[in-house]
Formats: sequence, structure tokens, C-alpha cells
Amino acid sequence: MHKEIKVQKLAVPLILVIVVALFSILTPNFRTWGNFITILRQVSMICILAVGMTGVLLTGGIDLSVGVQMGLCGMISSLLMVNYGLGILPACLIGVAATTMVGLINGLLITTTRMPPLIETLGMSNIVFGINYLVTGGYPVSGLPKGMSILGQGYLGFLPVSVVIMILVVAAGAFVLQKTCFGRYLYAIGNNEEAARLSAVNTKKMLVLVYVIQGALCGIAGLILLSRVNSGQPISGKNTEMDVITACVVGGVSTTGGEGHILGVIFGVLIIGVLSNGMAVLGMGEYWQMVLKGLVLVIAVGLDCIGKLHRSR
Amino acid sequence: MNDKVLELKDVSKAYPGVVALDHVSLDLKRGEVLALMGENGAGKSTLIKVIAGAIAPDSGVVCIRGKEYRQMTPQISHSLGIKVIYQEFNLFPSLSIAENIFMGSFPGNGITVDYRAMEESAGELFEKMNVRADPKTKVRDLSVAYMQLVEIAKALSKNVKILIMDEPTAPLTASEVDILLELVRNLKKQGVSIIYISHRLNEVFQIADRVVVLRDGHMISERDIQEVDRSTLVHDMVGRNVTETFPEHSRHPGEVVLRVENLSGNGIQGVSFDLRKGEILGLAGLVGSGRTELVRMIYGADPHSGGEICVEQKRLEIRKPKDAIDHGITLAPEDRKRQGVILGLPVFENISLPIIRTLSRLGVVDRRAERNVVDRQTERLRVKMPDARQLVKNLSGGNQQKIVLAKLLASDSRILILDEPTRGIDVGAKQEIYRIMNELCDGGMSIIMISSEMEEVIGMSDRILVMHEGKMAGMLDRKDFSQEKILSMAANI
Repeated sequence: MHKEIKVQKLAVPLILVIVVALFSILTPNFRTWGNFITILRQVSMICILAVGMTGVLLTGGIDLSVGVQMGLCGMISSLLMVNYGLGILPACLIGVAATTMVGLINGLLITTTRMPPLIETLGMSNIVFGINYLVTGGYPVSGLPKGMSILGQGYLGFLPVSVVIMILVVAAGAFVLQKTCFGRYLYAIGNNEEAARLSAVNTKKMLVLVYVIQGALCGIAGLILLSRVNSGQPISGKNTEMDVITACVVGGVSTTGGEGHILGVIFGVLIIGVLSNGMAVLGMGEYWQMVLKGLVLVIAVGLDCIGKLHRSR
Repeated sequence: MNDKVLELKDVSKAYPGVVALDHVSLDLKRGEVLALMGENGAGKSTLIKVIAGAIAPDSGVVCIRGKEYRQMTPQISHSLGIKVIYQEFNLFPSLSIAENIFMGSFPGNGITVDYRAMEESAGELFEKMNVRADPKTKVRDLSVAYMQLVEIAKALSKNVKILIMDEPTAPLTASEVDILLELVRNLKKQGVSIIYISHRLNEVFQIADRVVVLRDGHMISERDIQEVDRSTLVHDMVGRNVTETFPEHSRHPGEVVLRVENLSGNGIQGVSFDLRKGEILGLAGLVGSGRTELVRMIYGADPHSGGEICVEQKRLEIRKPKDAIDHGITLAPEDRKRQGVILGLPVFENISLPIIRTLSRLGVVDRRAERNVVDRQTERLRVKMPDARQLVKNLSGGNQQKIVLAKLLASDSRILILDEPTRGIDVGAKQEIYRIMNELCDGGMSIIMISSEMEEVIGMSDRILVMHEGKMAGMLDRKDFSQEKILSMAANI
């Protein structure tokens, strides 16, 4: 029993090592310091969202609207800067506030109507995607002020700013999940919501909060994306949730709730990042990348479910 | 001789630690209603499972229409026309009555379903049963009584010969009971043999031809209904010698700590009582009499629609469990594994969950303070475990119950509500729970205990509140305790 768990914990880092070794052998362009930093920068947004998604998945929920929420933040912030001449900071703050609001609506709808989070966020995803086009009538917003490029393109010492933000979010996420009451509540709710409620946990409030936090993180990730692309695109961020959920599940977060740790999620994010980067460096087309990442998701969930089946016998 | 459709010969079945059936023999004639009575745990369920082929007896044989079956299986019993209607229905709520009845044998050509034929035959069945119902109605729109009728119709459509009904009237209202009893008489006339399990003496006297009483796996009596009266039956059911001992105690309850006034809602109508300091108040009643619903309202797990809850002369607004806990009221729920503990979390997280906020600074858990609280409670209750990081699912039932108690005590509880505190735990652990309860009362704790075990209620309580169908049937003082009295109040005889 004990050994089995250890093997499972080691499996994910091992997969990462194997994938890294594989690409390093296949192409020398992969194993450079520059490429390592590139990978970190590429995964920074996925990783920030994965921290929030871990919280959501822990409660037994899911959020399919994270990708388009990134786009929403980008559209609103860029529009405010370019068309209304607002300063960078207030524009960004309003963008993050908007996605936080979307998170709040997600949380309130899920807790008051008890509709499945999968369906609620699927609907929300379409609503927000539509709004992203509506705000400008479908046109991209370009001509951002120069300072905006710092987030996605600037450096702090030898690390890209986006990577520094990612590290801060990961540290905060790990701290919250392991050291705070809120973290305890999330695990309790995901394991057994009714028992948690009877133990005086305000389950509804916690559930709302987890979607609100996810919304805020979508805003932060959306700003990084805006800065990297250097223009507000309605389609920005679309489908990012696939990578985020894959990373979480590969990293050992249970899709049925109550199980998972940030450390595992970091490995999951890195595996996804290395796969994407390595395949790109190898010159594999985007379509093949989609096929492979989809396979990784199915295999990871499949293994998780088989494992549960065996343990329950 | 040939009219014996069912015969059990010398059937025994033992589970680890319990003899569920001890050399039980009985028979059932064609067109007869046989009432099967006994307390919870008397062996009734085991007996019907043996007949249905759901479990294999250790020894003995089942004979159906004179033929011996040593290896009865659900398939064989099904093909012989034996049908059991359990308390939990096997129905598809979003399908129609007709679809439910013919599920698995839809009329038609094998590819498409002939809905008209199906609805017609369902209609014929209901006619035979003397029941009016539209076969197109969806089952979820039916009352519980009609769902039961659909179950019976399902049995009839499969050409049932022996119908076994497990407390069919438990969820029904008085008028619905009449419909059901009428139907039972009707089936009997058509030659169906019926085993009817019920706690309700009234019904048994109305429809049964014979009555068999089981107690602790033994067959105690088998009598024709004309030869027996109520008091004999009650005595047969409960007249065992007390086998378990309860710790001696002499308690002197103090002032009133909790007063419940006219509490209503959730199926409960106007229940009033008070609880004194250092007292154990037993809550007795049949399953479904509203005991659990009552305490869940006091704890704020379900809302109440009327009445007052006062702690130490102060009226409380209890809307959620936190309100109750803040005033020293805590609940150990009935379903330990699903409501009491969180199986996938370690012991310490379970115990500290309700009070984790008070053990934190700025939302960050103070692990040392937490460990102190957890250690104090687990040592006090002598929980057996390697350490507090153990997952609760790896502990025994008795130790899991101690974790629940530790959780309640850690919340600085002054009023404990224990819903079936010893259900499913072994004798030794039971004794420990009793000892803990007595110690707590000596220390000034007040306890409300729900228990379906008659001896436990009598052995542990200072007073007993008996519930019947959501209402208070009476309050007994210790000097008036007797199984007969409680049972007759609970069954409203």
C-alpha cells in the first residue's frame, strides 16, 4: 500500500526526465539554457492557471472558461489603454477585475443552482468568447503603450518577468493549499462535501471563492498573454483550458476531487511545456501536437482511474 | 401437502461474530399471507435473502413446490416466480410506469418497442390490481405508495407466485396503507403466496393468516393469527434476556441546558422537550419516525419551519451547523462513513476541521496548537492508531466513531447529539463508547442519543423520548422503562 503510493509519486517526475532526455537526444537545439528559459516562459500562463484549476478540481469542480477569460482581460485592458487612453496600471486592474467578476458569477451560479460546473463553465466559456468579439466588433486592438511589453517580454535579472510572476503564484498556491484553513476546506469539500458541511464548513462560500480566485488568475495570465502578443485579440487564450486541465491531471490532481498537490501540478505543467516545445523544435506541426497532447490527457486520466479501481478492490 | 409452495428446512447462516439464522424452518401455503416479525437484527432480512437466492445458507435447504434447491441463485428464484420488494425501490424515475414494469422484456419485435401493447398490458395489470393509474405517467411524478404499486405490478407481470414484501407500509400514509392492504388481499385471492414483513401489529392482524416471530436468528413462535393476541406477539419479539451489560451509573441531572419548544419542519410536528446538564436523553422510535430529522434540525443541518431552540434560557437562531457549534451543540450523524468523517483525510484534519479557524492566525493554521488539541482528544478517547496522520478510512469502525467523538469534543461541546453511536461497531468498542458517554456525563456533558437498539436505549438513558410518525409519542422516566412500553408507544398501539 505504502510502496504503491511512492511509485505513483515518482512516476510523474520520471516521465518528465524521460521526455527531456528523449528530446535532448533527438535535437541539440533543445538542450540549451536559452530554450530552457523559453520553455518556462511558454508555460508561465498555463502554470498560473493550473494553480487556480488545482483549487477548482480539488473541490470536485472544473472550469472550462479559463481560456476565454484570459482573452476577456486582454480585450478590456487593451481597449481601455488604446481607445480610452487609460494608464497601464488602472487598465490592467480593470481587466483583472472583469475576469474576477466572471469567476464570481461562475461560483454563484454553481452554488445556488447546483448545476454541474462542467456545464456552467462550458456555457460561460461561450458567453465570454462572444463578448470578446463584441467589445470591438471583432477587430484586434493594437498600438499598446510601450510599458505594456514588460510583463511578457521583460526580464528581472536572468528570469523573464512572466516566470517570476509564475513562481510567486505557485508559491502562494502551495502555501494556501498546505498551510491555511482555506486549503483544508478545499480538500475536505472535495472528499466529502456533506461531511464538511456538517463540520460547520461554509461550503458554498468556499466554492464561490475558489472560482473567484481562478477568475483573478485568469486576468493575470491574460495580461501576460496580452503583453506577449502585443495586441488584444478576441481569440487569445482560447482552448488554453485543455493544456491547463491536462497539466493538472498529469500532475496527479484527481478529477473527482479531494486529491492533488501543487508540486505534482508543476511537474504536469513542465511535461506539457516540454512536449509542446520539443515537438515545435523538432518541427512537428501544430496538428500533431494537438493529437499528442490529447493522448497524454486520456492516458493520464485512464491510469488514474485504473489505479483507483485497483485500490478500491 | 402439495399446497406448500415454499418450505425452508433447518436453514442456518452465520456471519463472523453473529449467527443470523439458527436452524430456522418454515413453510408457506398457496394463497397464504405469512407475517414475519422481529426486531432489527432478528434475521428477517437474512431469511428473505436466502429465499431470494441472494445469499447461500451455511446449511439447510429451500424447497419450492416440493423441489429441493441446494444452490438457490437469484436467477433460479426469479424463474420460479419469487419476487422480493425491498424498502428501496428499483425503479427508473424518469421512465413511465409501463416502461418500468416491462423493463428487460419490452413487448415488440426485438428492435422497436411496441408502446401501445406495452401500455395496454400495463393497464390490464392495474385493472387486475384494482388500481387506477395512467401507464404513461413518469414514475418520479408518483407518490411513494404508487411507486410501491408499480413494483408490485412489475412482480405480477413476471407471473409472481411468491411475493415477499419488506416493510411495505413503512413510508406510507394511513390512507395509502389501506390501498396496499386491499391489494394484498386481492393478490391472495388470486393464489399468490405472500411473506409480509412489518413492525405494525395492526396491519398484521388485518391481513395475515399466520405469524412467525424471529429473534436473534431463532424462530421463536409460529402461530395462526386467531390464536394470538398483541401482548403475546410483543413478548415474543422482545422477550430476550439482556445479554449485553451496561456500565452502572448513578447520575444526578442538573439544570436545564437545552429546551426545544414546539419544533416543526422536515416531517416533524411540534416536538417539545428539555435536556438537563449531565443527562442522557434517549430518542427511541421506529425507522422513519423522525428521530434523525429532529436532531438534524436542532443542529442546523436542515432548516426548521417553526418552534424554538433555547440554550441556557436564551433563544437561538440556528440556521447552519456553525450556529449550533458556536453554542456548544454538536452532532455525530447517523451515517458515520458518509457524514461523520471524511474517509480520505488524515485523522488530525478530521478532528480539527470544525475549529480550524480558531486554531489559525490570519487564516494560517497553527500546526502546534492543532496537534495539541488532536493529541488531547485522541488520548482521552484512547483511539488506536499509529499516528494522527493515518487516513481515517484505514481505521476500524469503532475507532472511526471515536474520531467523530473527538471532533465533537474538540469543538468545546456541551451538548452532544449522537445518532446511532454504536451502529456497526463490535461489542468491545461499544462498551468503550458507553464508558466514554458516562464519563462525559459525569463531567457535566448532556447527551441526546438516538438508538434503534432497545437495550441500548434502556441501558444508557436517564429519560426516553419516544417518537412516532414525526410526533412525540411520549416521554418515559427511568423507573418506567420497559421494552414493551417503548415498543407499543413507538408503534402507537
